[in-house]
Amino acid sequence: MPLIEFTNKGLYCRAGEFYIDPWQPVNKAVITHAHSDHARPGSLHYLCHHQTAPVLKLRLGADISVACVEWNEVVTHNGVKISLHPAGHIIGSSQIRVEYKGEIWVVSGDYKTEDDGISGAFVPISCHTFITESTFGLPIYNWKKQDIIFNDIKNWVSGNQANGKTSVITAYSLGKAQRVLQAVAELTETIYVHGAVWNTHNALREAGINLPGVKKVTPNIPKQAYKNAVIIAPPSSDGTPWMKRFLPYSVGVCSGWMQVRGNLRRRNADAGFPLSDHADWNGLLQAVKATGAQKVFVTHGFQSAFSRYLTENGIEAAEVKTEYGKEDDEKIPDTEEPPAKDTGGRAIP
Amino acid sequence: MKAFAQLITTLGTSTKTNEKLELLAHYFATENDADKVWVIALFSGRRPRRIVSSSLLKLWCQELTGLPEWLFEESYHTVGDLAESIALMLPPASEENSHRFSLAGIISHLLQIEKKDEEEKKQFVTRSWMQMSKDERFVFNKLLTGNFRIGVSQKMIVNALAKTVQLEANVIAHRISGNWDPASTSFAALLSNEGGSADHSKPYPFYLAYGLDGPVSELGKETEWQAEWKWDGIRGQLIKRNNEIFVWSRGEELMTDKFPEYHSLVNVLPDGIVLDGEIIPSIDGKPLPFALLQTRIGRKNISRKNLQEVPICFFVYDILEYEGRDIRELPLTERRKLLEEIINRNNHPPVVLSPVIDFASWGDLADLRMQSRENGAEGMMLKRKSSAYQVGRKIGDWWKWKIDPLVIDAVMIYAQKGHGRRSNLYTDYTFAVKDGDKLVSFAKAYSGLTDKEFARVDHFVKNNSLEKFGPVRTVKPELVFEIAFEGIAASNRHKSGVALRFPRISRWREDKTVDEINTLDDLKKMLEIFGK
Repeated sequence: MPLIEFTNKGLYCRAGEFYIDPWQPVNKAVITHAHSDHARPGSLHYLCHHQTAPVLKLRLGADISVACVEWNEVVTHNGVKISLHPAGHIIGSSQIRVEYKGEIWVVSGDYKTEDDGISGAFVPISCHTFITESTFGLPIYNWKKQDIIFNDIKNWVSGNQANGKTSVITAYSLGKAQRVLQAVAELTETIYVHGAVWNTHNALREAGINLPGVKKVTPNIPKQAYKNAVIIAPPSSDGTPWMKRFLPYSVGVCSGWMQVRGNLRRRNADAGFPLSDHADWNGLLQAVKATGAQKVFVTHGFQSAFSRYLTENGIEAAEVKTEYGKEDDEKIPDTEEPPAKDTGGRAIP
Repeated sequence: MKAFAQLITTLGTSTKTNEKLELLAHYFATENDADKVWVIALFSGRRPRRIVSSSLLKLWCQELTGLPEWLFEESYHTVGDLAESIALMLPPASEENSHRFSLAGIISHLLQIEKKDEEEKKQFVTRSWMQMSKDERFVFNKLLTGNFRIGVSQKMIVNALAKTVQLEANVIAHRISGNWDPASTSFAALLSNEGGSADHSKPYPFYLAYGLDGPVSELGKETEWQAEWKWDGIRGQLIKRNNEIFVWSRGEELMTDKFPEYHSLVNVLPDGIVLDGEIIPSIDGKPLPFALLQTRIGRKNISRKNLQEVPICFFVYDILEYEGRDIRELPLTERRKLLEEIINRNNHPPVVLSPVIDFASWGDLADLRMQSRENGAEGMMLKRKSSAYQVGRKIGDWWKWKIDPLVIDAVMIYAQKGHGRRSNLYTDYTFAVKDGDKLVSFAKAYSGLTDKEFARVDHFVKNNSLEKFGPVRTVKPELVFEIAFEGIAASNRHKSGVALRFPRISRWREDKTVDEINTLDDLKKMLEIFGK
């Protein structure tokens, strides 16, 4: 029996009787990060990094049962050692290391290998079996360094200001929004955010995470206030009537998919910044090699290409079908999302 | 090269016409003349000849990256653009050195090595790659592989130039059309105040019509309008100047050599004349299907059999120059009168006077329009009798009034990822009709759905693939679409035995199941009625 099985509820460790990022309600769920395709409602007990907990509660309900750990802290269940290690994807995101009778498996969750300054630096963990994502698992995806892209964003905002335009940056409300905030906070003190971004932002601040101050976009704010300002909004708000108050504005999309011109043209955005919270092709390869794993399972993304390439290069790999990659914006460049509603209260899961 | 790469990148992402115009005007106002000439040339379809094949570029990129061929292909089909795929996959430049390259410099180098051996070409291409930024690589690869397709029309180039040079837009349009070689033409010679070039092959910019949306009666009084059949051929200009014949297509391709039928006109037409009309295969004044014209265009050498079976005529409907004088400003009725005199004076089979349709009322004309297909036409043209011959697509005086297309219900059986803005989306489909209990493919279509519908079909394809052959997926035959097309012809190159003219998706029949689609017999009946 493998240490982790692929079941119809999710990744299951039979020896420890827990699931990792299950997509159906279970008894014990270990959570890599709070994006909705990895953190689903209904399980009885959750275990996650202490920085993941505030957003998990925001999204799944304040009354859920959740235990928090620090990175590298070992928790033992039925003799199975569980520990969390930085994945560098978003604030609090973790890889899950599972050890039982000397055998070690690591589940990557979502990860990126570049240190973005807020999510914790990815650390490769030695293991026998590595379960990796593959969102950008093709050699066309290799990212520029964050500071170069931040410069591009800043230049674009300055250009808009010179032309009397508001800069609307679309970025996923958990993760990308906080990351982009670092870049624009250097330019201006008046940053407005969509309600969905606001909720996440507040939950993180209340948990003691240091983030620049932002203002929430509300109906009471006069339109003139937005002149030359920077707005951060979720991708699904683009093209909705909500945007009208910012006219004249220019839209910049922050997503790894912006690497390919066609995706940018399809979005009809004014600018695209290939800023991703996932590892690029070289990042994936380095991460896999650094684990020293003899066996690799490849989940959501270009799993067939990536696993075939690994196998041809002497690392035994296989694809695994999961329910991941369906709700994180970066993983669905092609499908229409329902528009994010400005609920004011609870965020949309 | 840096400025040009920047121009292409921003033009490619810009969504507003005015913005594009500003970008171009800025480029023309600030860049050097040699590069500007090439930009005009490239955007008006004058590419340097191709010096390396796509397969060599792929191979060299694979050598540089060490990637296996299958992974290269997988990546390419996801990007949907070869030039861009290569730019993305290459390792970072070893020494980025943008100053070394100017656009004109690169192209002149390409022209120099055109006749050199493969190794020398490889040296140049791979060395250039490794000194370029991603955006520069992309435009460089585009120069090597083909056109830019970034939504810049000739009209936009003309308008952008009009902001920087002291010439009227229609003069610029005329100057940059025709037969000039960007390698040996200076910006000054092309667009100076005086004279312009002495090129006597130069066509006039075509006057293009919009499709008529509203009811025809809204055009006003019938007596102010002239109606003609709208032919399905290649729009062209036939020119005789200095005792030489030139034939230009609307795509500004010089096609004189492809149509020897026209050569004898040098003895028939008066000198200093430019005619506007349709290049079309025809026997006894009756047009033949467009599919036959395609058998002529594709060929390098035209056989005698070819000339007999598919003789090409010129259905003429306007005259733009007479006795060396530009007469485009004359009203249509006067141009028409002159045209009829000239053509009737010289009865010569390859030139056919496209008739004016007699009609008393709009109602009459609407009835006549129903006979378009029987007349070998795809509808009518409506032209205001007082109209001048204008430049480009203008609203108001000329209208296309096309008949409704033929339609057939079919099921999607194959899908492939698209190109450009459809990168990584399944948008290119193959359709089938029923033949007993089998499905027979008969058409491919890429257009006609909204972005939202494409996204839904894409989702279906990704979840209902039966098999994968390279980039093509076999899909569960379930989604039914109405396919519209302009014409049908017999073909032995297609399994179904028919070839359609301009097939596209007219709507998604979500109300129909695969059992309710049309049959191969239905197609054959259509061929019987409309394919002759």
